[in-house]
Amino acid sequence: MIENIYDIAVIGAGPGGLSAAAHAAELGVSHVLFESSPKIANTIQKYQKGKHVMAEPGILPLRSPIEFDAGKREAILGIWEEGIALHETNVRFGAEVSKIEGEKGAFVVGLSNGEEVTAKNLILGIGMQGNPRQLGVAGDQADFVQYQLDDPGEYQGEVIVVVGAGDAAIENALALAPNNKVYIVNRKDEFARAKEGNLNLITAAIDSGEVECFYGTTPERIDPPADEDHKGVFVLNTLKGEASVPVHRIIGRLGAIAPRRLVESFGIEFPNDDPNAIPALSSQYESNVPGIYVIGALGGYPLIKQAMNQGYEVVEYILGNKVKPADNDLIAAKFSSLPLDLDVDEVLELMRQRIPVFEHVNALQFRELMLDSEVHVLRKGHVIFTRNDYDNSFYTIFEGDVAIEVGEDLHIKSGVGNFFGEMSLISGRRRSATVLAGENCIVIETPRRTMNKLISSVEAVKRVLDQTFIIRTIQQKFAPDTPIEDLQDISEKTQINSYSPGEVIFAEGDPGDSFHFIRSGSVTVSNELDGKEVVMSYVPANQAIGEMALLGNTTRGATVKAAVKTETLSLDVESFQMLSDRAPGLKERMQLLAQDRNRQNLALQSSAEEGGDLLSFLMGQGLGEATDVLLIDEGLCVACDFCEEACAATHEGTSRLNRKAGPTFAHIHVPTSCRHCEDPSCMKDCPPDAIQRGGIGGEVYIGDNCIGCGNCEQNCPYDVIQMSYKTEAPDNFWRWMLFGLGDSPGKASSQGGANKSAVKKAVKCDMCIDQSGGPACVRACPTGAAARLSPEDFVDLVSVDR
Amino acid sequence: MHSSFLSHAKGRYFWVALALSAFSIFLYVIDHPTEPPNGGTWLGYSLGTIGALLIVWLAYLGKRKRNFVRGWGTVKGWVSAHVYLGASLLVVATLHTGFQFAWNIHTFAFALMCLVILSGFFGIFVYRTYPTAQNELKKNQTIDDTFTQVEDFEAQLTRLAAEASNGTKMLLNSAIERTVIGGGYLDQLLGRDNSSLVLDGRVVPNSDQDSALEALVERLARSEGDEHKALSQIVRVFNNRKKLIDVIRKDIRMQATIQVWLLFHVPVTFALIAALTAHIFSVFVYY
Repeated sequence: MIENIYDIAVIGAGPGGLSAAAHAAELGVSHVLFESSPKIANTIQKYQKGKHVMAEPGILPLRSPIEFDAGKREAILGIWEEGIALHETNVRFGAEVSKIEGEKGAFVVGLSNGEEVTAKNLILGIGMQGNPRQLGVAGDQADFVQYQLDDPGEYQGEVIVVVGAGDAAIENALALAPNNKVYIVNRKDEFARAKEGNLNLITAAIDSGEVECFYGTTPERIDPPADEDHKGVFVLNTLKGEASVPVHRIIGRLGAIAPRRLVESFGIEFPNDDPNAIPALSSQYESNVPGIYVIGALGGYPLIKQAMNQGYEVVEYILGNKVKPADNDLIAAKFSSLPLDLDVDEVLELMRQRIPVFEHVNALQFRELMLDSEVHVLRKGHVIFTRNDYDNSFYTIFEGDVAIEVGEDLHIKSGVGNFFGEMSLISGRRRSATVLAGENCIVIETPRRTMNKLISSVEAVKRVLDQTFIIRTIQQKFAPDTPIEDLQDISEKTQINSYSPGEVIFAEGDPGDSFHFIRSGSVTVSNELDGKEVVMSYVPANQAIGEMALLGNTTRGATVKAAVKTETLSLDVESFQMLSDRAPGLKERMQLLAQDRNRQNLALQSSAEEGGDLLSFLMGQGLGEATDVLLIDEGLCVACDFCEEACAATHEGTSRLNRKAGPTFAHIHVPTSCRHCEDPSCMKDCPPDAIQRGGIGGEVYIGDNCIGCGNCEQNCPYDVIQMSYKTEAPDNFWRWMLFGLGDSPGKASSQGGANKSAVKKAVKCDMCIDQSGGPACVRACPTGAAARLSPEDFVDLVSVDR
Repeated sequence: MHSSFLSHAKGRYFWVALALSAFSIFLYVIDHPTEPPNGGTWLGYSLGTIGALLIVWLAYLGKRKRNFVRGWGTVKGWVSAHVYLGASLLVVATLHTGFQFAWNIHTFAFALMCLVILSGFFGIFVYRTYPTAQNELKKNQTIDDTFTQVEDFEAQLTRLAAEASNGTKMLLNSAIERTVIGGGYLDQLLGRDNSSLVLDGRVVPNSDQDSALEALVERLARSEGDEHKALSQIVRVFNNRKKLIDVIRKDIRMQATIQVWLLFHVPVTFALIAALTAHIFSVFVYY
């Protein structure tokens, strides 16, 4: 007998779930909110103490029965707790949902304690973080086993075992080590997953005995304590057999179980295997399973305010009310310049009809896309972007046409429904053409991040973009005078290959049966000399490799390896023959290219050994994905630190480079400083999309809308991003010079000019985007030791004398 | 691409300075004033004016290199011009004197100027040779890396000492504790090592860790069994540590030299400007 059927069951007490449940409560709808952890907003609970939480996007109004504004973590959690109490929301903590069965009107929600609850509609707001992976051994439910560490200072004089080998485990172990006896348990025999900085720190701590490490060890069980001093005995399966450690505390840092598997088990479909993929949803947040709604980060909305608005709206939708989404006015404002007399939904529908690339994008995704995009109504002749520009947004034509100037002579007209800008979007490199607006031109500009999100969630968009990319690349690079129609069959034979760093694309002596065009990433070309691999040169994206094979050479003269994650387009000999028949002059151009390559190789040969080692070293520092990097010539550097002082003086008191840090090889020093990666890891997970790339230098910079979440700091493999307060750098030269008062210019004030009530935000090198005369570090270097180089210069670096 | 301040813009300022010097010499040679050449002829006044302006401009580098936000050109370009035009000042100012020297404020100013320029030459030498030498010395490592290695060796020594006799333990502990790196400017510049060691209850100097190493070697020769085994390892590790400390000391010495020559160059420049002011004032008041 079913005792109680809820109208709405909400799963996950994050911002979206809380807002939905509170709104249901406010309206008197029968509801229940399940939360697996003992508190609300698990993800925000995990933030460090006192962390300032921001309320982006600022222009979006909040629509929720629960209040939310930017402030400290504790204050926000407090307000939310008051909010749910005020509305008498029915929350069940510690209720972990393990299965969902049934259908709309009668879903049966199974909890992990075996209990079952029935509800007519379900709202999933479980976020993307997932639940922490448990130790999974007998006794792991004990209260001294925890999966997070808020404040390392809380624990003194304890015996603590940290389980895990990732950055979180290492950081926790190091933070606890000064005041506790800390063990770290690593399943493997090294810390392969950790960032280099953390790796060095933990290795040093283990060597010095500060932290004790069990390598090749797995947890076996947790026994009751053998004495009164400890809380339990952690039994471990080590390489030398079982070991027992009496402990006060066990901290598991084994990563999280991505919620996807669970969500899929509810019958909800994802479009592909991409880890960033989000389930397809209707414009009312309904998934492919009728009656199950998805809101918040799991639905592709990572910001708190968006999720809270969705919580409100989804309850309205379930009740059959047609509320306009909170972002309606924002989109309407974007459309205000359009010469159309239609409402927002009608314009959106018209856009999807007219532009085929968005055909398979659902209404909700398209709405989200438009929220990030800009609509431009342009007069004829307006330059949309110029060849060699570094911006990389994606454009679609809503009305009128544009002229694409690929080369001097090649002008292509492109009309309604077409798109352009996909080359830079995919390769991360500069624009390969200039685009001008034509008659009655209206275009939609979509930022790179938004497009990438769409590409990873809608297979059809990826397919269309890839096909277009191939055919346009072939035309631009190899057959500028051949019409697109004649290239169709060749483009279909072209393959897209991806390689992981270090993977061999082809090896010296292999039969030369194809040629590659690097569309993203970069490669090294090496030869074997006296049994040793010597790197001869480096080829960045947008260039061809293996062309010699097509000119009659049947074996490969060198080994080509991916320096970083690389994608190439490859064409077999036969297709190339077809192409060269249709493209007059191609063969000659390829011969010229081969000639240049040979010349370059010869120039390098004399210094092959040393130069090759230096190139290998630079690639080893990840510079294969750099677009612009600060390199210091140790033979010229007098360690005056003016580079850092200049950086601090021009960047709110915090130097974004660390001259001393970083490795040196053959007089070239790679300081810790942003190298402006081709496909920046920092940009991948920025909730407010504050990290941008642009300007003529292609600099990657962080905008003022940074919310200080620290994701980019975590994601940067080169540790070049810091979280920092703004400070005032002193500028009192004469007082300092003549009277020795105050700090010298550029030295961060010892008075601590930092405004501590402000938010710590992410800072990194912005290549002095707003300074005239170029990067301050280079301008301030008195000896010429500091220089910024792009990868194309690396080959010169190893062969040219100073 | 890297290029040093000497080869900045293909040595543009070298040629400018050379032209200035050559032109000054040319004028001096063709000029036949009624009185013997001195600072008071029209050429003397001209060269003096150029020289005085040059001195003020050369001194301004100290301000310009700290103009991080605004500032025309690059500091490297300024340094390049400073170096070459500073050298040409030697020619310009010497011709300005007409080789008339005496015990007066005028010659005093000239002497100060020469001191500044000569210290500048020393600075160029240091800037161009020490960084390479330091880098080779440290074998591509940073000074912090080297310190970390020393600490590692010390941790190893402490562990090894546990297996050695009490005497060895105390010897090692005191050698490590009483190792002095750095010290005052003079210590750093002279590479003076104030390290000491407690040996047989007395504090003895342990410069370059030699006394400690000697004592350890002596003990090694007289030891046997486990003690011998432990000591032979200790001696090896201690010697590695000594070598690294030598590296650090040499590096500090060079780094101190790189910094300290400016502490001469700049104050003497201020003295020069004061003397120059007195020189100009006296010339216009008394002549």
